[in-house]
Amino acid sequence: MTETTSPILQLKNVEKHFGSNRVLRDVNLDVERGSSLVILGGSGSGKSVMLKCALGLMTPTAGQILFDGVDVTHDQGKTREAMRARIGMLFQSGALFDSLTVWQNVAFRLLNAQKMNRSRAKERAIETLKKVRLGASVADLYPAELSGGMQKRVALARAIITEPDLIFFDEPTTGLDPITADAINDLILEQVNALGAATVTITHDMASARKVANEIAMLFEGEIIWRGPASQIYDSGNDYVDQFVHGRADGPIQPAI
Amino acid sequence: MSHASTSKRRGFPNPIAWIGRSTIGLLSEVGKLTNFAVRIMAAAFSPSWNFAQIWKQVIAIGFYSLPVVGLSAVFIGAALALNVYTGGNRFGAEQFVPNIVALGITRELGATITGLMLAGRVSAGIAAEIGAMKVTEQIDALKTLSANPFRYLYAPRFLAACLTLPILVFVSDIIGIMGGWLVSVFGLDFDSTTYLRNTVDFLTMEDIVVGLIKAVVFGAVIATMGCYQGSKSKAGATGVGRAATLSMVGAAVLVLAANYMMSTLFVNIGI
Repeated sequence: MTETTSPILQLKNVEKHFGSNRVLRDVNLDVERGSSLVILGGSGSGKSVMLKCALGLMTPTAGQILFDGVDVTHDQGKTREAMRARIGMLFQSGALFDSLTVWQNVAFRLLNAQKMNRSRAKERAIETLKKVRLGASVADLYPAELSGGMQKRVALARAIITEPDLIFFDEPTTGLDPITADAINDLILEQVNALGAATVTITHDMASARKVANEIAMLFEGEIIWRGPASQIYDSGNDYVDQFVHGRADGPIQPAI
Repeated sequence: MSHASTSKRRGFPNPIAWIGRSTIGLLSEVGKLTNFAVRIMAAAFSPSWNFAQIWKQVIAIGFYSLPVVGLSAVFIGAALALNVYTGGNRFGAEQFVPNIVALGITRELGATITGLMLAGRVSAGIAAEIGAMKVTEQIDALKTLSANPFRYLYAPRFLAACLTLPILVFVSDIIGIMGGWLVSVFGLDFDSTTYLRNTVDFLTMEDIVVGLIKAVVFGAVIATMGCYQGSKSKAGATGVGRAATLSMVGAAVLVLAANYMMSTLFVNIGI
């Protein structure tokens, strides 16, 4: 095992190409333990591809991905599974399983990978649902019976139930009204602080970024073009970052229309 | 190069290049499908079965297909009896209606019609369901939660289809023969007892088993095609719709091709 001071996640010179399209170009990124990194970027900047590479859902064309100092770039076996047991993921759409009830969704890993008995798993699921301000009454409902905000909370509960060391958030507030989005941000902060987990959030919602980030990185055309403390995001001295954070159509970044 | 000549070249692609591209595309697709089928079978025959999922699929694929299978069989049996009677009438062979209906249904039509109906109902259904899961990131979610989609999603559907198709084909055989009996007794003045006795005396166990073996293979084809097309579905309603269509068409063609190959095999080995 490596020293506990090493970053929990490292991307080293990661490249991802689809044919001649270089979606990620020499991405280097360290995520420190307990830190909250937000990755900003417009549509098509490579955010989702980077996240999928980090999660092992895609294999990079070149480069290395290290989790807790262990190279997991190409491994699809036990090393990768050991990593996945220590990470949580909140998908943009929630990605709740339609055919399972809320508690079965939340306790999915406990029931399937950890083979926990159903009554104990349901108890744990209900405890975790309470942490995201959902009562036991929703446990037996199906995801389609919940509002968008409630689905995000259930997805958050599923991401934190195993108390992971690293949680990925893919556009956690997309599709929510500003008040619900803020409530979700509060919940994320509260739960992440309680766990002491590191987080990587990809978003283009500046309100969300300001609220949850310690550090912010900006991805543009597959490259990290700026990285710094969240407090400096409006004072970055980088024209691309300035244009993005102020939401201006004029500037070096061409609108994706 | 002038604009006119560019347009001309776009309008009339080089036929050799087109044949080459299509051949490579076809071979690549066959390779991917074969690889996918091997992975499903490896997952299906490894001993950690998810019985809850398999049972759920047995009900979805088997039980809910009974009406469509029964209705198709009764009409096919009835039409077969009518045609055999009309054709046989030309050379005084109409008394063979029960034998030919029984043989045609058990060895060929029971399994084939069930396979084709399920290529539509089940294969397209599986493709649409898996495709919708893919585009809503549920398959990615499964992987991040350490559940292998081949074990959790595809293998239960594969096993359920292989287990239930023979039962459905057996039901189809009985109802198909009943369709022929209905037409013969109530429309063609056959004696009911004689018709049934001829059917039972004529049929051998091999005739029934041949149809049931075909059914297992059709089940494998239908589930594999549905899972394969669903798993590579593109985003959006069009993507999922296209996956369902490709799955249905692919499964139907493969069912017919497999049927011919198995019929040839069984005839050659004398079953």
